[in-house]
Amino acid sequence: MKPLAIDSYTVTSAAGRGRDAHVVALRAELTGLAQRHFEDAELATWIGAVAGLESVRLPRELAAFDCRNNRLAELALGADGFLESVAAARSRCGARRIGVFIGTSTSGVRHTELAYRERTDDSLPDWFDYRTTQNTYSIADYTRARLGLEGVAVAVSAACASSAKVFASAARAIESGFCDAAVVGGVDTLCLTTLYGFNSLQLVSSEICRPADPGRKGLSIGEAGGFALLTPAPRAGVPACLGCGESSDAHHMSQPRPDGAGAVLAMRAALGTLDPAHVSYINLHGTATPANDASEDAAVSALFGTATPCSSTKGWTGHTLGAAGIVEAAVCLLAMEQGFMPRSLNTREKDPALKANVLLSAQQARVDYALSNSFGFGGTNCSVLLGPAP
Amino acid sequence: MTGACVIRSVGIAAPGLVGWAAAAPVLAGTAPYLVAPDSPYAPALLPPNERRRATASVKLAFRAAEDAVTAAGADARELASVFSSSDADMAVLHRICDALAKTPRVISPTDFHNSVHNAASGYWSIGVGSMAPTTTVSAYDASFTAGLIEAVALARDRAADVLLVVYDAIAPQPLAAKRPLAATAGVALIIGADSSAAQGAVGRLTLALDGSVETPCANPAFEALRAANPALRALPLLELIAARRAGAVTLRGTGSLLVSLAYAP
Repeated sequence: MKPLAIDSYTVTSAAGRGRDAHVVALRAELTGLAQRHFEDAELATWIGAVAGLESVRLPRELAAFDCRNNRLAELALGADGFLESVAAARSRCGARRIGVFIGTSTSGVRHTELAYRERTDDSLPDWFDYRTTQNTYSIADYTRARLGLEGVAVAVSAACASSAKVFASAARAIESGFCDAAVVGGVDTLCLTTLYGFNSLQLVSSEICRPADPGRKGLSIGEAGGFALLTPAPRAGVPACLGCGESSDAHHMSQPRPDGAGAVLAMRAALGTLDPAHVSYINLHGTATPANDASEDAAVSALFGTATPCSSTKGWTGHTLGAAGIVEAAVCLLAMEQGFMPRSLNTREKDPALKANVLLSAQQARVDYALSNSFGFGGTNCSVLLGPAP
Repeated sequence: MTGACVIRSVGIAAPGLVGWAAAAPVLAGTAPYLVAPDSPYAPALLPPNERRRATASVKLAFRAAEDAVTAAGADARELASVFSSSDADMAVLHRICDALAKTPRVISPTDFHNSVHNAASGYWSIGVGSMAPTTTVSAYDASFTAGLIEAVALARDRAADVLLVVYDAIAPQPLAAKRPLAATAGVALIIGADSSAAQGAVGRLTLALDGSVETPCANPAFEALRAANPALRALPLLELIAARRAGAVTLRGTGSLLVSLAYAP
């Protein structure tokens, strides 16, 4: 792909609202995860909840979109001057020429769960509006409308790779002339579907998640939202998305391919012509399930050897599912800005079966090129390469 | 401001339009439109284990996809793919939300992995053994247009053929009352990059993000069907292809966009 400038970006997760809050949390090693229940869920686990969603109000004209997921979008869009950056781009390009590509896995399913509790005589309550809340496109339509955009808009819903794949879709749409710039992002919120669903697969940890630790017991689930504004004019001093690689495992609906061959294809495609030795830091998918850690480790060590520093930052945010791609792309951008590589938080020691250089302590070091991995159910893989403008 | 592509083949599974070979003369007006009772579909490209786990919605996507792949004589392993669905699997959504409203809350692990919007795309890559990129999009009633844009851009990016599958199934109650689709339907296209040879293809398509009025079906008998399912918003285009008649249609896009499609056989 042709490099795209990342003119503006923002992230909101359990670790905080906005980029500065994430820098503070990453440097101080303060997790956003807490051992508590989500609403009336009864599972003994840790969750990464975003504070303050209950009091978020959507603009009056978009009130029909009100649900936890769109509230998180609203909260995230309001940080780091992102609304203003998009407004300026809209003035330059026109509302029809900025595309919107938003990743989500469960969109507004929390709203539907609540509606089912009020189900009577096989009908759902009047307040339940399917199109603006539950439907997968709702989050993309909300973002589009909130930003005053009128062009191509789509929700990308490929499980936990969703908001990494938005970079690829946006790049293709710009290259093909369907838009001149793009807002990409991802939003996913806590709900019973994912908590009880991952629990049914015995993948939810009763302890805080410990990626790459021999004593890991699985995921901590989190919620997050993040956005980036992409334009086709990379320039010095502005970070760029340099590549985005997609592949399929062709193996299993909910288990990664053990040899990591699908992940290797995605990472190689993201690198393009860049020598893997030039990658300073890899933000791992690193969910803290044994199957993910083993598969990703096989892939990373096959392509990069065992020296490239890497870590999972899910110890701060939890696994934010469809938002993980944009959250971890933002972490890579912060690492480049700060000259700082976060450790694998909550990891007490590295599983001796893993070969990659998983950081057990933070490193102050220049980060030129950073790669972020996101993999999902259905065996879908995506890697995003970030770095300086060429 | 245009995209262009080659259309290699079409697949369809809709009421009275089952398989492109049979549907094309109906859409071209040379055969009568008859809706016969449908029987469950067993995807040829899904191994028995996966066939047991796959839902009706996944099988619907396979039905349209297999029709297009067979017609083009394509090697499914080599195709990148775009799956576009407004609602994905409402039957699974219903079962999960129903289970979560009861005590104790017990979700089937198979339902959970089938609940992802990219379930059909996942089963497809497993079934055909393809490690090529596949993506899954949603744009509510504009899901055909959005999927087409994604597929045209992907074909151009890879300079290779791409399978586009657009599908949605009627939801069970109580969801159907909130999202009333009058038909279950899937439409598939195999799309080649504009620069590729059009030998054996069904035509060329040029897209432009303009147009002022959505085009209805040429045959008024199909108008209700067009409105019945997001995938069937493609019908005005499919009427042109079926008749091998050059022309242009305008489909609704996202936001205030209208997308015009110029077809040449």
